Amino acid sequence: MAFMTDRKRAIGNGSAKSGTMHHWNMMISSVALVVLIPIFVFQFGVTLGGTYEEVVAYYSRPVPAAIAVLTMLVTFFHFRKGVQTLIEDYVHGFARKALIITMICLSYGAAAFGVIAILRIAL
Amino acid sequence: MADVNRGNRPLSPHLTIYRPQLTSMTSIFVRLTGNALLVAALMIVWWFVAAAAGPDAFATADAFLRSWFGDLVFFLSTWAVWYHTFGGVRHLIWDMGYMLDVEKSETAGLIMIIASVLMTIFTIVVT
Repeated sequence: MAFMTDRKRAIGNGSAKSGTMHHWNMMISSVALVVLIPIFVFQFGVTLGGTYEEVVAYYSRPVPAAIAVLTMLVTFFHFRKGVQTLIEDYVHGFARKALIITMICLSYGAAAFGVIAILRIAL
Repeated sequence: MADVNRGNRPLSPHLTIYRPQLTSMTSIFVRLTGNALLVAALMIVWWFVAAAAGPDAFATADAFLRSWFGDLVFFLSTWAVWYHTFGGVRHLIWDMGYMLDVEKSETAGLIMIIASVLMTIFTIVVT
């Protein structure tokens, strides 16, 4: 026992047996977002309002493109987990399952569209 | 076993008769802002996809994002994203075992509200 971490001992002990990993996923993605979101907000905020040429030129640069790609990936992963918690709290039965699956598809779909679009602009 | 004392036991707090507190309201708004940010997030994805597709598609998406409706969504979302970010930081602090008592939680809640409003004004002025 002495060699086990606190997290390892907590895994599997909740009523659903799998909640610790969910919480841990939210924690690590939120740490990433504390860094990514402020940078993305200002970069996107400055770019929005520019012409097509200005926007494409800005996101052709590697740093804004990398920040935007990472923000898409981590944000939609964080949202996919967060919205699941919301649905689990307020929706029950078949609607719960259907809605969770729908939101997972929407999250990963939006992330894929965002990443591919940014890469297409950047490359 | 039939429960003969049904209805006479202490009940968990029902939201409709529960006195709102700073801690509960700031928590509810973290959930609300986090989920509501989907609208702005999907609009941003559309904007990037349109920019990748070409000038015509970009013009359509850009006009929508910069319409009065887009302005309203982004104004509210700017506050929401800052509020949710500070709310997340408060959760990370709690998870490390600090500021868990009511007084410090309420102080942190107040800081969240003030900081999110200030950062919203700052973001709108700068960008």
